[in-house]
Amino acid sequence: MVEHRRWLTLLSHAVLIIGVLCVALPVYITFIASTHTAQAIVQVPMPLLPGAEFWNNYGAVLSGTGHGPGSSAPVGKMMWVSLVSALVISGGKIAISLLSAFAIVYFRFPLRMFFFWAVFVTLMLPVEVRIFPTYKVVADLHLLNSYAGLTIPLIASATATFLFRQFFMTVPDELVEAARVDGAGAMRFFTDILVPLSSTSIAALFVIQFIYGWNQYLWPLLVTTNEDMYPVVIGIKRMISGGDAAQQWNLVMATAMLAMLPPALVVMLMQKWFVKGLVDTEK
Amino acid sequence: MATEKRVVFRSAWLPWVLMAPQVAVIGVFFFWPAWETLLQSLQQQDAFGTSTEWVGLENFRALFADPSYGASFKTTAVFSVLVALFGLAISLLLAVMADRVVKGALAYKTLLIWPYAVAPAVAGVLWLFMFAPSIGVVSYALRRAGFEWNHLLNGNHAMALIVMAAVWKQISYNFLFFLAGLQSIPKSLLEAAAIDGAKPWRRFWTIVFPLLSPTTFFLLVINMVYAFFDTFGIIDAATEGGPGKETSVLVYKVYYDGFKALDLGGSAAQSVVLMVIVVGLTVLQFRFVEKKVNY
Repeated sequence: MVEHRRWLTLLSHAVLIIGVLCVALPVYITFIASTHTAQAIVQVPMPLLPGAEFWNNYGAVLSGTGHGPGSSAPVGKMMWVSLVSALVISGGKIAISLLSAFAIVYFRFPLRMFFFWAVFVTLMLPVEVRIFPTYKVVADLHLLNSYAGLTIPLIASATATFLFRQFFMTVPDELVEAARVDGAGAMRFFTDILVPLSSTSIAALFVIQFIYGWNQYLWPLLVTTNEDMYPVVIGIKRMISGGDAAQQWNLVMATAMLAMLPPALVVMLMQKWFVKGLVDTEK
Repeated sequence: MATEKRVVFRSAWLPWVLMAPQVAVIGVFFFWPAWETLLQSLQQQDAFGTSTEWVGLENFRALFADPSYGASFKTTAVFSVLVALFGLAISLLLAVMADRVVKGALAYKTLLIWPYAVAPAVAGVLWLFMFAPSIGVVSYALRRAGFEWNHLLNGNHAMALIVMAAVWKQISYNFLFFLAGLQSIPKSLLEAAAIDGAKPWRRFWTIVFPLLSPTTFFLLVINMVYAFFDTFGIIDAATEGGPGKETSVLVYKVYYDGFKALDLGGSAAQSVVLMVIVVGLTVLQFRFVEKKVNY
């Protein structure tokens, strides 16, 4: 910095530490609650240090042997549904966006710009503004309570298409010419040169879209009515739909911890790609 | 940068095949339903879908005459202003502090960004648990301090609860963008001001804050969009729009009227109003992005 002021540096650290603690508090409480018995938690005030029920609670929710007033479907299965959906959504978004950006940048065909703008306009059509008819389309296609219904309506991506288009525009034309001289066709150029070159953008997008897919709420709430197909985020909501004090809060909180873990790990471990993804997708 | 490639491939069918998946998805799941929404907003249908009649703008007239819709607008306005205000202020403070420290900067950053990964609905449950009137830790502490907290009865408490949960989740995002903005401010400007005798407080308000204004404005729009559309999970998990309709924001009302109250025409009309709002916010965002380039 410009000059050194000891007290100002101390103040900065103090503010940051308070910030970090405030941000962590809800998760700390959640973790504590997930290590106690249900009886211990409804004691007021609840204990603020970890208890001994960690393995029991997590075992119970993963296998679905806990008995609460709400849903008690096995969380292990829900985690699986969430994982599959998040991977299909993020992979699907990246795949179809790569393909359409490739078509828009490297080919000339009628309606090219029309398609480009059509993709752009989807930015302005979040699920919330077409909620009932979209549900009806999925119901008419018999996709309720299926992975296809959970994922396919969410895999169009204007931001990803833009990002790849912008990136492809910066790829030197000489590469295309060189590929042609060597006798490579369009698809060969795409798979052997363009996709490997885009790997940084793909990684960054993957992090953002994985979190997006894992955290979906409104859409799965509409299209899943069967416990077998609940993603874990929906599962939590179904667990607490009974009331306040009658909850098995220890099990709800264990489920919440499990629901937070995968996306939080992705963010922390792939921090560099995460930051790049956030910044790129907003351009 | 050129907007067209000089060298292209030639094929009459390949580009269509490449475009097909994207076009199929946006056609079937975006444009067709959006069109249906527009049609439905002009129709009146009974709950069983057996009869439909055209009613023109009647749904819209009914909607704007309905005091609960006006109330929902007001709730949304209060909610999004509070979320944007607190979200921006807290994250700006943290970003300015993180920009100052040398030791542990990466650790602070890592520890501040992870709430982005928490699902809105899970965030709602976490905060609900801390503030549950009978068993929550924080509501217990508040009661000890002589403050009776009950978001199940008091609309202001319920609003405070969802604002806290929404801000908590959004701080990480704002923080990252503010930090990037701060780091792009030329150090020479600050040094010059320091030599002229400007103290840190003054330097912040006369140099740093004005230079950050493009970032701040951008984040303001993003936070509005977030508060409008991405907080459904928080509200549904924490308050379900209650008590009464005190925290029923526009997006929650669309869902409730369409799926719980089965008022399809009314819900579709609300969707159309939301569509107009999104278009407005998107235009605002893109006009700004163009400006950001030459600041």
